[in-house]
Amino acid sequence: MDIPIRAGAHPDVSFLPALTVRRWVRSLAVLTAVALLGVVLCLQFGTERISLSEVVRILLAPRGAVADASGVNAAVILWDVRLPRLILAFLVGASLAAVGVALQALLRNPLADPYILGISSGAALGAALALQFGFTWAIGGFLGEQLSAFLVAALTIGAIYRIAIADGRIPVQTLLLAGVIINAILSALILFITSLADSTSAFRLFFWLMGSLATLGYGGLGALAVSVAVGVGLLCSQARNLNLLSLGEDPAQGLGLDVERVKHVIFFTTALLTGVAVAVSGLIGFVGMIVPHAVRMVSGPDHRLLLPAAALVGGTFLAIADTVARSLLAPTELPVGVITALCGGPFFIYLLVSYRKGYQG
Amino acid sequence: MGLCCQIQNVSFRYIQPWVLQDCSLEVTEGEILGIIGANGSGKTSLLKLMAGLLQPQKGLISLQGQVMATLSPREIARRVALVPQESQVLFPFTVGELVLMGRFVHQNGWSWETPEDLCIAQQAMQVMDVAQLADRTFQELSGGERHRAVIARALAQQTRILLLDEPTAFLDLKHQIEIYAILKGLNRERGVTVVVVSHDLNLASQHCDRLLLLHEGRPFRTGQPDEVLTAEHLRMVYGCEVLIDHHPTAGTPRITLPHTESVRMTQR
Repeated sequence: MDIPIRAGAHPDVSFLPALTVRRWVRSLAVLTAVALLGVVLCLQFGTERISLSEVVRILLAPRGAVADASGVNAAVILWDVRLPRLILAFLVGASLAAVGVALQALLRNPLADPYILGISSGAALGAALALQFGFTWAIGGFLGEQLSAFLVAALTIGAIYRIAIADGRIPVQTLLLAGVIINAILSALILFITSLADSTSAFRLFFWLMGSLATLGYGGLGALAVSVAVGVGLLCSQARNLNLLSLGEDPAQGLGLDVERVKHVIFFTTALLTGVAVAVSGLIGFVGMIVPHAVRMVSGPDHRLLLPAAALVGGTFLAIADTVARSLLAPTELPVGVITALCGGPFFIYLLVSYRKGYQG
Repeated sequence: MGLCCQIQNVSFRYIQPWVLQDCSLEVTEGEILGIIGANGSGKTSLLKLMAGLLQPQKGLISLQGQVMATLSPREIARRVALVPQESQVLFPFTVGELVLMGRFVHQNGWSWETPEDLCIAQQAMQVMDVAQLADRTFQELSGGERHRAVIARALAQQTRILLLDEPTAFLDLKHQIEIYAILKGLNRERGVTVVVVSHDLNLASQHCDRLLLLHEGRPFRTGQPDEVLTAEHLRMVYGCEVLIDHHPTAGTPRITLPHTESVRMTQR
């Protein structure tokens, strides 16, 4: 069907508010620069303050080439303690934010986040089991508790999926309900294990449950970075599909989307990212819900920009939050989940008030 | 004139009671078909079946000679565009962004809108009188504006068949007339087949070539407006008396509801 065009009419399309390549590139370039800058600035802080000029000097110098004794110490702290931890925080934050964006579109619920489906509780149960029964093996840089967390998270996803799926379809309401039920069962199991544990493991588990970024070697970081890159990349490839899906399943299918196939892709990708993130970081709330919200207010709801932007912002946000958690009461370390909630809340209120009228960035 | 949509002995139910039973219908290419009937008579379900959003438990639906069940959502959406009765958009998409989503079936994967896409979306918005709302978010619009924006999105899909569920439900008189004028224009000039579900018997009578009167999930009568819209048929389907005369200028059947007093009288 052609739309009737008035003779000689040449419609002006320049003002159509569509996402342009230029705006996409510019936005993501700015966010990448902010992320890099944020990480460099965060490197200064910790138990011991390292000045910014020192940080830059160590980062630019080839490894092992820093001359004086204090410099060597600082270089070790920077390269082996702070940088891996910042990268870990960034990867976890990016995963949680990207998963939050995808789940909010999939479930058409702005309150959805990686935890609502109970996947995190599965991971937590896995870690609790490992800590209680003393699995100490490690594969590819991952600790036993992390591997166990990931495995149980994957089993949880499988269980939720099997419960929710009916006639090859995954109705959203059933999915949410299955998540809530599984969550309740798993939480009870975690409490049961915690009550069995001796005080040391119980404390460690408690800390992990609150969300903390334990150090992961570069080997583990590499594996994590690959999983996160694959997951976030897959989600970004579904960006336009997510735009349609966020209108509802019927309208999306009416516009030509193979809804069930897209739901399967989104479901498994978010499961992978959540499992990986929770396994290495515990339960860090708030990032997956607040970051997508905040970014959407500025970037608009088009997932082609929203998804990568939220991943970058989520990563930067968690890197900064973890730095604050480490250095605020140094040498005492706060759970990063406390910081994310305390920083994220007021920031969200500020955004809500500022951008209430116009969502256009 | 070929058949563009053929429904053969279709029965459909959501859970228990049959919503549609043994329903057969042939939509001829290039016609404007109106589907009318009482609440719960299966009008919307029939439209959704034609759009491939529902699958019948019994019977067969074919679209331009191909069995619906063998077509992918993408192949269906290139042939049929559906304008639902109500649209809700949770996230702050602008009207422009929403209308551009109608171009999805003509794009591949992760790409950017081409100038052609922008041009077609722009024209669709001009036709539906929403071009000036392009950068407003959907939530900011009034009911009528939303409805026109959704119709613009369906136009941007550029299909040969257009299905509309209550297209005039939220519209004022001017836009009601305009919607049908646009539908007629698309139909007469471009040969687009239009299927409209309507509660407004007068608009349906005036603008449709053919009407399908549904009663309790079964086709009750199919034919030209003056064959279908008789006092006897409407009494049997809607359970009330109506006055029927003719439209002063169009000459099509005109339905008038009786005076309230006389309704009470007949009920006693």
